[in-house]
Amino acid sequence: MQTSSDEVLIARIARGDRLAMQVLFARHHVRVYRFVLRLVRNEATAEDLISEVFLDVWRQAAKFEGRSAATTWLLGIARFKALSALRRKSEEELDDETAGSIEDHSDDPEVTLAKKDKGSVLRECLTRLSAEHREIIDLVYYHEKSVEEVAGIVGIPEATVKTRMFYARKKLSELLKERGLDRGWP
Amino acid sequence: MNATDEDRPDDIEALLPWHAAGTLNRRDAQRVEDALAHDPELARRFELVREEFGETIHLNETLGAPSARAMEKLFAQIDAEPKRAAAGPGFTTRIVEFFAGLSPRTLAWSASAAALAILLQAGLIAGVMLKESGTAGYQTASAPSTAPGVGTFTLIRFAPQATSDDINKFLEANKLSIVAGPMGGGLYRVAVTGIPKGELASVVKKLQGDKVVNFVAATE
Repeated sequence: MQTSSDEVLIARIARGDRLAMQVLFARHHVRVYRFVLRLVRNEATAEDLISEVFLDVWRQAAKFEGRSAATTWLLGIARFKALSALRRKSEEELDDETAGSIEDHSDDPEVTLAKKDKGSVLRECLTRLSAEHREIIDLVYYHEKSVEEVAGIVGIPEATVKTRMFYARKKLSELLKERGLDRGWP
Repeated sequence: MNATDEDRPDDIEALLPWHAAGTLNRRDAQRVEDALAHDPELARRFELVREEFGETIHLNETLGAPSARAMEKLFAQIDAEPKRAAAGPGFTTRIVEFFAGLSPRTLAWSASAAALAILLQAGLIAGVMLKESGTAGYQTASAPSTAPGVGTFTLIRFAPQATSDDINKFLEANKLSIVAGPMGGGLYRVAVTGIPKGELASVVKKLQGDKVVNFVAATE
């Protein structure tokens, strides 16, 4: 049995096919949720946002032209929703830059490294990156988006995508160094 | 490494994350592969990229999934939306769905058949144009004719692997011209010029030995 492509599902959704909507949701909602959660850092907000993302898909399906992959379209909508939610809450919560700059004095770097393996330190540092850097690292590594697709989702030129990814990785290395893990780069 | 300024990635180094994720086009992937093979420092940095790649996936996979509440909320909202006017699928949608419904094998065969048909058609058009230009000018009523129903004819089916060039050469070498087709079974009605009707059988036998065709028979 063949599965319908995302493009076919979206065409059916445009005609009001509820079942096609269920299939598309089942296929992509976890990844979209994780993308949003990494940006907003709140599970309840992320859940609300994915409902909004897929409701937009239901409403806008007829406008989908298939110029990009359906996942690229979905992530673009998700990003817009997440950033709008962050803007709404910006006065109530610490922004990412502030949160990222707070130093953790609970352990010195050697103790931290002794407590955790390299992988878990790396994952911890990935969560400490700014929203902009988390976003690009997730899009490239987890959502497997090409330079062109990231440019489309984030709305920046392809050259900027490459340099932003480079700086995100550089910042990650700096955070690792602070935690006692010198990778010899940069 | 060629980069002396640590603050700016060189072109190849900037592509390493996408190379690790396998999302570069073939040309860029080859450029990166070539650079990695000749630059040990770049290869070491690529290992760092692969490390980040693996841990980013690990991190995301441990984020869990949304509860059923998200889906319930979505479909409650969808049900509250105004009903859409029942409209049939548009032409573009039907085309997309038609091609999406074909298996890759069927699609490949269809594409091959379509390509062959286009090539054959191009060959026929070129052949007709060449013949027309070659016989341009005044012709007497007794000039050889390739009109259907007058002369000596065969039915020919060309081999699937024959190119338009093969077919043109075959027609030219054997003084043949297609007058009708393709008909059922991919057959073409082909006029044989310059031979008396009595020699048609031997010509057909000769044509049957050519790999450009897989069926030849005499016809009225």
